[in-house]
Order: sequence, then structure tokens, then C-alpha cells
Amino acid sequence: MYARWVLTALLAWPLVAAAVVLFLPAPRAKYVALFATLVEFALSVPLWWEFAPAGGMQFLADYAWIAPWGIRYTVGVDGISLFMVLLTTFLMPLSVLGSWSYITKQEPGFYALLLVLTTGMIGVFVALDLFLFYVMWEVMLIPMYFIIGVWGGENRLYAAIKFFIYTMFGSLLMLVAILVLYLHVGQATGTYSFAYSHILANLHNLDNSLSWWLFGAFFLAFAIKVPMFPFHTWLPDAHVEAPTAGSVILAGILLKMGTYGFLRFALPFFPTVALSGTVQVVIVTLSLIGIIYGGLVAMVQPDFKKLIAYSSVAHLGFVMLGIWALTLQSVQGALLVMINHGISTGALFFLVGMIYERRHSRLIEAYGGIARVVPLFAAILTIVSLSSIGLPGTNGFVGEFLILLGAFRTYPVATAVATTGVIIAAAYLLWALQRVLFNPLDKHENEKLTDLTPRELVVLIPLLVSILWIGVYPKPFLTRMEPAARQLIEQVHPK
Amino acid sequence: MSLDLSVSSDLLLVLLPELVLTAWAMVLLLFVAWRHHTVRDLRIAGWLTLAALLSTAVAAWWLWYNLAQPAGLPAMLAIDDFRWVTDWLFLGCAALTALISFKYLEREALLAPEYYILLIFATLGMMLMSGGEDLMVIFLGLELMSVAVYVLAGFDRTSPRSAEAALKYFLLGAFASGFLLYGIALIYGATGTTNLTLIGIQVGLGGTGVMLYAGVALLLVGFAFKAAAVPFHMWAPDVYDGAPTPVTAFMATGVKAAAFAALFRVLTEAFAHAAAWQEIVWWLAVVTMVGGNVLALAQRSFKRMLAYSSVAHAGYLLVAVASGKSTGTAAFIVYLVAYTLMTVGAFAVLAAKGRRGESDVLIDDFAGLATRRPWLAFALAVCMLSLLGFPGTAGFIGKWYILIAATGAGQNLLAAILVLASVVSAGYYLPVIMAMYMKPESSDQAHGDVRLGRLGEVAVAAAVVALLVFGVWPNRLLELAKTAGESVHAPAAPAAPRTPPGN
Repeated sequence: MYARWVLTALLAWPLVAAAVVLFLPAPRAKYVALFATLVEFALSVPLWWEFAPAGGMQFLADYAWIAPWGIRYTVGVDGISLFMVLLTTFLMPLSVLGSWSYITKQEPGFYALLLVLTTGMIGVFVALDLFLFYVMWEVMLIPMYFIIGVWGGENRLYAAIKFFIYTMFGSLLMLVAILVLYLHVGQATGTYSFAYSHILANLHNLDNSLSWWLFGAFFLAFAIKVPMFPFHTWLPDAHVEAPTAGSVILAGILLKMGTYGFLRFALPFFPTVALSGTVQVVIVTLSLIGIIYGGLVAMVQPDFKKLIAYSSVAHLGFVMLGIWALTLQSVQGALLVMINHGISTGALFFLVGMIYERRHSRLIEAYGGIARVVPLFAAILTIVSLSSIGLPGTNGFVGEFLILLGAFRTYPVATAVATTGVIIAAAYLLWALQRVLFNPLDKHENEKLTDLTPRELVVLIPLLVSILWIGVYPKPFLTRMEPAARQLIEQVHPK
Repeated sequence: MSLDLSVSSDLLLVLLPELVLTAWAMVLLLFVAWRHHTVRDLRIAGWLTLAALLSTAVAAWWLWYNLAQPAGLPAMLAIDDFRWVTDWLFLGCAALTALISFKYLEREALLAPEYYILLIFATLGMMLMSGGEDLMVIFLGLELMSVAVYVLAGFDRTSPRSAEAALKYFLLGAFASGFLLYGIALIYGATGTTNLTLIGIQVGLGGTGVMLYAGVALLLVGFAFKAAAVPFHMWAPDVYDGAPTPVTAFMATGVKAAAFAALFRVLTEAFAHAAAWQEIVWWLAVVTMVGGNVLALAQRSFKRMLAYSSVAHAGYLLVAVASGKSTGTAAFIVYLVAYTLMTVGAFAVLAAKGRRGESDVLIDDFAGLATRRPWLAFALAVCMLSLLGFPGTAGFIGKWYILIAATGAGQNLLAAILVLASVVSAGYYLPVIMAMYMKPESSDQAHGDVRLGRLGEVAVAAAVVALLVFGVWPNRLLELAKTAGESVHAPAAPAAPRTPPGN
């Protein structure tokens, strides 16, 4: 029973709640939004137990939608998407709570958009019909566009439109590719359908040059979203200008849609292209550039939020390397880093947002020595930074170690180079910590900073718990991922 | 129900929608002859117009419901689903235009009920254009429509801009009609007939030649002019800009729709076997999409932006033409439904916002509309997203259908150009949303006098609801468009007996 309606409920509930929240008086909106996102999370938690690791696609629901075009409403999750769905429902209540005092104008609109965004993100991860996937992929653009554009920083209009146009540019080419696939499979089998399983099963006689074009279209859409170097330039702008909750969701979930797209569509659909020498070289090189260049640029950022944004480019470079290495460890590691990055970077953005609310500056040089004033804040920032660096005992270590371990068998040289990325990460984050927390307390504006409030602790503690849990005992995650990762590798790499 | 057009009672039945509309036009003319001074007369004329459009739609529905079929020899008028569906579309355009005109005419003191009569005659011309099975009927319909719209464009007599628009439209339009007529003459010279089916049979038999191709090319020029395709679009921005806003909405939707409907019928029924036009249309589509979008990007006036955007949309429709086949025709119908709704919605908001020549309304003048008038801003935002082709709106379904038609015909490159052009269009549709939601009001009174009027609100609400409903649940519309698209086809057997025109 639960299995049949849960995903649909996860998609529908936020929309219903959004409609209610939109018409509430401003002071009450956030309470209802928090309640709605908590319900959403509660709905999704049993997925963790009900999920059978070896069961392939589960919690399926399938209904006719636009019959004349063979479009169906099909949703389901497997070991790849399960964690993305849970990560989304986990981060949403925290995002609402984290915006509690940050958002002061047009609150009902903001929280309604957050809820609509939830539907869009979950929809992307659970859609098993390419039309549905595309619709969800685009639908989540609008709330994000508004969140950046209405509630963002000074340069928000530029950031919002840049975010929108970049994403749309990539996704529209993907749209054409989806249509070509649909017609190709339709002509070959006589059944015109956008169903993921149908298209996947009937792609073997794809013309070689055509599959290069199609892969290119999918690649562009996902690479912009990841973002891979050199398609990453929208990211720092969007991250910096977005309000805290917007940055958390952008980093935590939206970026994962790109890597998820590679795992779900680009790799299984076009294995020969994806594993051809040229594409391997290109992807691995771009990932390495992302890791190294992202880290180096992060190091020289004066703006803490921009520093975190560039560190995302580096982390996602690791993920791409892990995916393309296609060994069991590296794919599991990539999936784990996708989760970890959501948690650790999300926490970093929350922390920066909290200190920004007090001091109204994101510049690193505006702080210094504040560990003495706000010890709790300093402690948590340090733990989270260490997890982002990948210190053993935190989640960051497990994920990146698995990627490096797995990728070493496929790309030894590239992996050796990537390892320096971990060192660079340590350099930029520790240096930033030193300048923010530990140098002499030489600015008297900083002397009266107040430490974290109970509400802020409630936001951060779940994140800290997950950082340590995954760091110490990642097994429940890995066992649930393993069959899906194995299946992906077999699909792409038939032995 | 089989209808033989050589039997006069059947002929009357086939013409039923046109006859109903003409009868109403006569009633209105008589009414206007006595009562044409007060606001009340204007309103009565408006309501009579709505009644006329509704009863005509019912007449077309009756023929559709009784499955009217042609019997006997090829004749002057088509009897197929394409005709009924496009009739509804034109009537819908006219009805939406009438609804947003009520308040507009009163406010701008254009107290002349003849406005509505011209609207009806233009609609009648459109119906003849899409229903004509003979080049002469199509030409007559085109002229009937054009003459009425020339006058409508200049309806704001006291405004020099409106007069300029009318004159410009008239001179260039007459020129284009000349092209069209000369094309028809050449085609007649090559094939000996003006009947589309008979031309189709001739062409299928290989009876082609330079003269035929020259004729087709001139025909294309004529239609491309009416549809405002690049490079025959020069008149469009100025005319759209100068004409009263509801008339602009009507021109951008109805007139364009009629030109395309006739073009679809002529190309599929008469020239399906003369494939040379496809390449011309391919290039027309590309330059229109690119040109329209790039030029729209440079506009700051909302009305001119919409004018160029309508040029860009003509390009998308040309993609449907270029893909040929019945899928292209069906896609055209779905797209036009969406396009009409979103364009009329956008022009309606502009009409409410503007005063004395709306070309002065810049995109930035919408700043802060969302805080002052949230529903109006929401409506305009939906229209903009739909024009952009965003999922969840009918504009997306229409664009998707065109892409299916294009890729299905092997035109992958054209499909790719279409989506890239749509990315460009985000650069001018989004600033409208951005202004409304993300910029502060310029002054407290910036939106104080924005009035749509009760009926205008009805029109906008209906358009927005329809856009969203068709965006999520387009099944019924798709089926209707599919049968309509399939009902227009090339004559089946080229070996059919060569009969003289059945008139």
C-alpha cells in the first residue's frame, strides 16, 4: 500500500501545501511551511526501511497521462535515486528553518516557492518517463529563478537570468534529443513511448553518428547543471546572490541533478559513446580541471560564499571522475559524495548565512578571531569544514576515498592528480578558517556578535549527526547503493 | 452526412457558418445605421457580436458533429475537420478580441460600433481562407479579411500613429495581394485550374514546369507577407505598434492564423508532390526564427517586443509547415490555440496598462506590478512563460508538437535551431517577469489606473486557465488536432480522371 502511493504523495503534498501557504498571512506562512516539509520528510523516511537493495526500481506508480503521445506518469526509485529523494526531503525542513529570520519580505511567496521547488526536485529524481523528467527538470527552474531574483543579494537580477538561461540552453537541446530517441525507438519497435525502460531496452541499433549527437545534447544539459568546467560560470553568481536557503538547495540538490542525469540517462543510453576514448579523455580532463582549478580559485576568493561555491565545482569534479571510472567503489563513492556534498556544503552555506545575518558581510576579511566571541559557531564551522576537506571520521573522507580507490584502477594518473585536490581543499578551507575564526580579534564590530541561537542549532545538529554517522558507519548507505551501482556498471560495460 | 456542392441545398448547408455570420453582420449594420452615438450602443453592438460569433461556432459545430463529408466532384469549398477547427479558432480570436475591446474603446473614446462589424467581416474572410478549396475563394477571403483589418488598424482616427499604421499596412498589403494574385495566375496558366485538388492531381502527374514553380514562389511571398515572416515582416512592427491594442492582438493571432491555415491547405492539397517549396520554407523558417528573436531582444517597448515576438512565432509555425505531413498540420493547430491564448492575454494586459498609444509602455514600466496587482502580474507571467514554451503551459505542448513533427520528418537541424531560438527568446520574455516581480515600483501611483474591465478580466482569466489546463492535460485538444490535421491531404490517386473544375 505505502509502496504504491508514497512517491505520488511526495510529489503532490508540497503543491497542496504551497497553495495553502501562498494565501496565509505573512507571520504564519513559515510555520505552515515548516509543518509541511516535516510531514514530507516523515512520509519519505519509511522509504529507507521499505527499500529492498536488490529490488531494482521500486515504489512504482504508473498511470496514463497524455495518451496520444504515449506519455505516462511513471515514477519509481532505485539505489541511485533513493538517496537523492531522501536528501531532498531532509534538507527542506532545515532550509525552511534556516530562512526563519533571513527572509523578511513576501514570506508566503518565498515558502510557497520552496515547496513547489520540492516537488520539482523530487520529480526529477523519481521520473521514469522522459517527458515527465523533462517537465520536472524545467519546472524546478522557475521557483529557483524567483528565489534568487526576488530574495537575493544586490546583483540578483543578473544572477537569476544567467542561471535561467544557462540551464534552459542545455535542457532544450536535451529536449530535442529526447524527441529523436522517442521517434527512433518508436519507428524501430512500433510502440511510441517515452517510458525510460522502453527506450533503454530498444536502443541497441542506434546509428553511430546519431548517438554521438544525442550524447552531446544530454552531456551539455547535465554538464551545465553539474557544473563541469567550463560551464560553471553561472554557479558562483547564483550561489552568492541567492538567499541562504536558495544556496543550500542549489548546492545540496540542484547540482546533483546533473550527475544524476549522467548516471540515469547519458551513461546507460549511450555506453559506446560514453566509453569511447575521446569522451573519456574529455570528461576526465574536465573533471580534473574542475578539481584543481575549482580549488585554486576557491583559495583566492575574498567572499566566503564564493569560496564555497568554487569548492562545489571541485567536489563535483570528484563525482564525475568516480562515475566515469565505472568501478564499483568509484560509483558508490560518487553516490556518497553526492550525498555528502549536500550535507557538508549545505551546512557551510547555513553557517555563512547565519553569520551574515549578524554582521551583514560575507567577506572573509571582515571577520577574524571570532572564535572567542562565538565559540559554538566556531566549533561547528570547524567540524563542517573538516568534513568538507575529507578528514577521516567524517563523511567526506569515506566518499572521496572510495572514489580515489576505485578510480585508481581505471585512471591511475588522473587519480594521482585528483588526490592533490584534497590537499588544495585543505589549504583553502583551513586558511579561510584561520582568517575568520582564529586571527587576532581586531575589528570591534565583531566583538558583539552573538552565538548560535537554539533555532540555528536545531538546523545544524541534524547535519552534524549525518556527517558523523556517514563518516563512522557508512555501511547502510553502501549496501543500498551497491546493487544499483553494479547494475549500472554491467549495463554500460557488459563483460 | 454527405454533401454534394452541386446541389444548392447542400451548398447552403456547407456555407452555414459563413451565412450565419453574414446574417449577423447585416443585423449589426442595420443596428448601427440608427444607433451609433453612445457608450450604450457600443456595448449592445459588442454583445451582439459575441452572440454572432457564438452562433457561428455552433453552426460549425453542428456540421462537425454530423460528420459532414464531401460528395461528388471537387468543388470550391472544403468540408473537413480542418475547416471546422480553424473556424473555431478564428471565432475564438475574434471573441477574445471583442472582450478586451469593450473597455478599451470606451476609454479611448472610439465610440463607433462599426468596429465590431469590421471584426466580423475580417473573421468571415478568415473562415473563407481556411475553408477555400479553390485559389479564387482563398483570395476572396484574404481580401475580405485584409480590407477589414486595414480599416481596423486605422480605427483610432485622431492618432497619427494609427493612421500611419493603416496606410503602411494597406500599401504593402495591396502589394502582397498583387503577388498572390499573380502567383495564382501563373499556377492557373500551368495547370489550367484554380481548384486545389485538381492542381494536386496535375502536379502529381508530373505536369510541372518553371511557370508552376514561379507561381508557387509568388504564392509563398503573398502568404509570408500576411504571416509576417522574415524578410517580409518589415511592416509588422510599425503596424502592430500603431494600431489600437485589441486590433494588434487580432492581427497577431487571427490574421496570422488565417494566412497559415490557407498556406497549409494550399501546400498539402495542391503541391504535396512538388517538393521544391520545402526548401524555401525551411530557409524562411530559419531566418524568421532567428531574425524575429534577435530583433525582439533589442526592444524596450513592450508592444514592439510583442510585435517582433509574433514574428518569431511565425517562424516556429513555419517549422510545422516545413515538416509537411499531417503531423505538421496538427502541430500547427495546437500551437495556434496556445499562441492565440497567450498573445491575447499579453495584449490584454498591455491594453489595460497603456494610455493613448501603448507604444510608450516600456517593459520596465511593469516594475512592481506584482505587489500592486498580483493576479494581473500572475496572468502576464503565465503568458510570458507560455510564449517562452515553458512546461506546464500550453505553449510548451505546442512547441513540443512542432518539434515532434520536425524530428518526425527528419528535420533534426531545424528542431535544434528552433530550441536555440527559444533560448534567445528567454532574453526578452524574462525581463517582463523580472520587472513585475523583482523591481520596485517607480512611484506609488505607477499602477493606480490599470483597468481591464469586467469582460477583459473574463477574457484574460479564460486565456490563463486554458493555457494551464492545456499545458497539463492536452489530450482532447491533441486528438482534435490530429483528426483535423489528417483531414487535409494530397489527392489520393494521381490516376484520377482529369475533370474540368467543378464550378
